[in-house]
Amino acid sequence: MSTETPVPTPASQPVLRAENLHRSLGEGESRVHVLRGINLQLKPAMTYSVAGPSGCGKSTMLYLLGLLDRQDKGQIWIRGELMSDASDAERTAARSRHIGFVFQFHFLLPEFSAAENVMLPMKKLGARSPEEMRSRAEYLLGLVGLGAKADRLATHLSGGEQQRVAIARSLANDPALLLADEPTGNLDVANSNMVFDLLQRLTRETGQAILMVTHNPELAERTDARLRMQDGQFVV
Amino acid sequence: MLMSLAGIVFGVGFFIVTQAQTSGFEKFYIDTIIGADSPIRIEDRFQLPGVAIKGAGGEGEETDFYTKTDSNRKYTRGIEYPNKLRAAVEDFSDVTAVSEVLQGDARAISSFSEELANVLGIRIKDHLQVTDIQNQIKWGSIDNFRFNPSSVLLSIGLAERLQLQIGDYMLFEYAGETRRYKVVGIFETGISQIDKSRVFMQLGEARALFKKPFGQAFFQIGVRNVEQAGLLAERLEEALNHNVVPWQERERSWLQVFSVLRISSAITVSTIILISGLGMFNTLAMLVMEKTREIAILRSIGYTRQDISRIFLWQGVLVLIAGTVCGWAFGAGVTLAISKLPIKIRGIFTADSFVVNWDINHYIWAAVVAGITVMIASYIPARRAAALEPGTIIRGTSI
Repeated sequence: MSTETPVPTPASQPVLRAENLHRSLGEGESRVHVLRGINLQLKPAMTYSVAGPSGCGKSTMLYLLGLLDRQDKGQIWIRGELMSDASDAERTAARSRHIGFVFQFHFLLPEFSAAENVMLPMKKLGARSPEEMRSRAEYLLGLVGLGAKADRLATHLSGGEQQRVAIARSLANDPALLLADEPTGNLDVANSNMVFDLLQRLTRETGQAILMVTHNPELAERTDARLRMQDGQFVV
Repeated sequence: MLMSLAGIVFGVGFFIVTQAQTSGFEKFYIDTIIGADSPIRIEDRFQLPGVAIKGAGGEGEETDFYTKTDSNRKYTRGIEYPNKLRAAVEDFSDVTAVSEVLQGDARAISSFSEELANVLGIRIKDHLQVTDIQNQIKWGSIDNFRFNPSSVLLSIGLAERLQLQIGDYMLFEYAGETRRYKVVGIFETGISQIDKSRVFMQLGEARALFKKPFGQAFFQIGVRNVEQAGLLAERLEEALNHNVVPWQERERSWLQVFSVLRISSAITVSTIILISGLGMFNTLAMLVMEKTREIAILRSIGYTRQDISRIFLWQGVLVLIAGTVCGWAFGAGVTLAISKLPIKIRGIFTADSFVVNWDINHYIWAAVVAGITVMIASYIPARRAAALEPGTIIRGTSI
């Protein structure tokens, strides 16, 4: 288990670089070529949005970039380290140290409180003492407006609150890269704006890169770079 | 999971109870037969023919392989040169005492009836050291027997059949000659076969009754460690050229019956644990299916396959620990309760309640059986959980 403290990525070095990513899903005749040669560089302290029609491969790309899935072809570097062909253990460690995820659904552990859910990534990384973990969980929950509900069970929170806990959890280990799949999809406008403002502020302060899949044009408009996908490729 | 836990508790508990009973009766039987007939008996002298078969090579040359031809032994009834043999036997450090015994059948006659009796001529001082006769006396006194050459100790069954009591006189008839003895003690070994025919009289009297002034006796041997009697018997036989029979060989048939019963009950009861294991496997497998999203999220935030596997194994370990500890307590409680249950057993031994054996090994083996079952039942679902690909699961909720 690494106790390495995240080091800000130099502005010159991309947080993530992907070259010629291909991925097909399904078996036999129903197999579909979902990603058809994705090339991408994500720089520190930048927010990126990806938009496109349903089924164009946005989420599939996100899971490849987040090392949750393996590409059929192509390469991925995280902070200069080639991870696309790394072992499962190395990819898992890279996820723990460098990547935060916010999924379309919150995926909180229902048996745990909000704070305990946020502490889960920290416990795995093992870089903080229990008191520091608790303190950071409370801080992050405060940032997403849930400071008063830190000890509530995940099941005792509303859908929007659960999604905000998931966002706090994604920030637990100060990841260099935050991958978000419709992060505000379950939130109302006010909460969407609050969460997006928070993410953008963190980007500026800590140098995180954020790649966000969204159908919300207003949020997409506010990101530093807007990417559009169609048929498994970026289009201009 | 509660049903699996209950299954483990009952499985472990019943495993302990059945083992405590079967081994309890077995141990009681062993104590009884050793108490009645001593751990080792040295019987007939044998002579080896002095021939050994030596292996020959292909060209007829000699080899290093040879074997003795023990099956060609020639036996002479009884021990030979008892004093010298006693001295030789007592040289073995594991031997605690030697009792010379002359055995024969004679007709026992009372005022009421006649019975065939199995008479054992002994020196009471020696015999007390190799058997448990002191504690088998129900009425009368060993001292009266010791100081009165014309006295006998009667087994309880024989005394009942002859309707004799302490102080009564009786006759023994052998080869047309009759001798008169006083009953000074009545004993019970617990083994019905012995208790209906055995009589102890002093060795000199037995030699006079059976007209065997010397020879034809056997030795009963006391040992330091009855469990090692078999090994000691082998050494004695090799050194003394006499047939030496340890209790393990003498009572082989009954010991095998007990052994089969013990193994059979262990297998039967283990099925309860196995079925609980199957239930647990089912529960954990369902849990893995229900928790795939949670597993995926844990994997996405840096938890390794081993971490995921450990979560499910840990659930198994918790059930195992709780089930085993509760099973131990349950087993000990039922064993204690059963030991108080009245039951009248007469035959190969005499008991008036269930005999149980408190042995830590039963608890260890119950835990081992439960441990193996639970770990296998947990390992497969845990491995399945660890093998889940987070991307595949999360993709199931979005495209």
